Amino acid sequence: MTSLNRRPIYMDYAATTPMDPRVAKKMMQFLTPDGEFGNPASRSHAYGWTAEAAVDEARTQVAALVNANPKEIIWTSGATESDNLAIKGIAHFYGGKNSKKGKHIITSKIEHKAVLDTCRQLEREGYEVTYLDPEPTGLIDLDKLEAAMRDDTILVSIMHVNNELGVIQDIAAIGELTRARGIVFHVDAAQSAGKVDIDLSSMKVDLMSFSAHKIYGPKGMGALYVRRKPRIRLEAQTHGGGHERGMRSGTLATHQIVGMGEAFRIAKEDMAKDQTHTAALRDRLYAGVKDLEEVYVNGDMARSVPNIFNISFNYVEGESLIMSLKDLAVSSGSACTSASLEPSYVLRALGRNDELAHSSIRFSIGRFTTEEDVDNAITHVRAAIEKLRALSPLWDMYKEGIDLSQVKWAAH
Amino acid sequence: MAYSDKVLDHYENPRNVGTLEKDDPSVGTGMVGAPACGDVMRLQIKVSDDGIIEEARFKTYGCGSAIASSSLLTEWVKGKSLEEAGQIKNTDLAEELALPPVKIHCSVLAEDAIKAAIEDFRGKADNKKADGSNNADAPNNADGSGKAA
Repeated sequence: MTSLNRRPIYMDYAATTPMDPRVAKKMMQFLTPDGEFGNPASRSHAYGWTAEAAVDEARTQVAALVNANPKEIIWTSGATESDNLAIKGIAHFYGGKNSKKGKHIITSKIEHKAVLDTCRQLEREGYEVTYLDPEPTGLIDLDKLEAAMRDDTILVSIMHVNNELGVIQDIAAIGELTRARGIVFHVDAAQSAGKVDIDLSSMKVDLMSFSAHKIYGPKGMGALYVRRKPRIRLEAQTHGGGHERGMRSGTLATHQIVGMGEAFRIAKEDMAKDQTHTAALRDRLYAGVKDLEEVYVNGDMARSVPNIFNISFNYVEGESLIMSLKDLAVSSGSACTSASLEPSYVLRALGRNDELAHSSIRFSIGRFTTEEDVDNAITHVRAAIEKLRALSPLWDMYKEGIDLSQVKWAAH
Repeated sequence: MAYSDKVLDHYENPRNVGTLEKDDPSVGTGMVGAPACGDVMRLQIKVSDDGIIEEARFKTYGCGSAIASSSLLTEWVKGKSLEEAGQIKNTDLAEELALPPVKIHCSVLAEDAIKAAIEDFRGKADNKKADGSNNADAPNNADGSGKAA
């Protein structure tokens, strides 16, 4: 960790991306005394006007990536806040005590915790939530979604691209189902903006959450798209000053907003290039490890973004694998940092058995990943798998032809 | 995730990795844990006629602390009598490896493994005494058909 080039190879872009240097450079212009540091809400002097113009430009840039009207973009502190504002805002507006519409919400078991934990909170407030099981591919079955819809359903919240698997849900088709029934449709697009084409002029999505730091922008910055036609109304969750059309009060963080705008501008410009780049690297990575026996791709590669690649190496335990891969910065599906070992809830929801869930690794690559990074990663992975399988009694049993699912294990 | 130097040492250079012939009457095998819980240990001991553990081998599926606990255990049991080895406490292993509280269960598993291996060996010896033959049906936790201890 002492010098930059000895840091692990970064393959955790789905957790966060480094900022694009172009973004950082632009943000620097909005901080210091010689820069445009004004409060965009100041209406009485040039400092405020310039800052407001910068905020407006950024709003236009964010809207442009997803083909929305800039007036439909609300600034937030990140996708987590956007998810909270969207889900609680809709629930409280449409399902509040004066409403006759209902208190039923539909989401899926593989949503981000920002959605799941918000839904849990609403359950405590008296709302009813249906958590759909995904198919083994990670995709939501539209028939099952439709079957879950009821007269009192007020909101469907389904993520666009899953952060662990990379699978892309068919949000255009879901939008048709919800719009036909007058149900509000929220999409968490933290992992899809800049990775997948999003056209909000044709997709019947009512609310969409965005994050800046997943697409080479600053951390602590996000946005919520709130449709104007037909008009979607929210109950504000933060009060004080009536900023952002009353939906989210608080002084706007000009430098952060400008950074998000620039990141979205670059994403629009470079999306095709980024996609080709990450797809080639993902294929290279998979080709380099797939001949190791008992390798399973989690999710549906054909319907996934190429920058997220999740695989399980059977008979190898996740935490020891991460420990062996100390030269790689990757994520494990095994969250065994607590006494009770819990494999990823996303992989569990797919029906993956515990062993495979424990032995999964998420590689997420991006704009700054190189072929050399991937080749080095392959070398590290192969060495780690070979070492750990030589240590694994389960691997021995597999090689002896024993069916591990028939063994009566003593859980502890 | 801060591992102690001792855990890292055993993890990087595990001692006594391998397999002993499980059907050998002088070998006791203990297999504990479950894949669903994220760790499975297989510990084998080879016992001399006078009841001293001559060899110990392990294989472990689990986190770094589980691998280190079983590796250290094989070092400790070698040269000990069955009685001495059976008295090894998980707390001693945990202390030696400076395991954090969330990893104590790894040392518990290692203690269970040596107890299971000793029990397996004694079961074989008892069977041998009982019918005077080398009983192939002796309960054996390592063949995968029975239950893991």
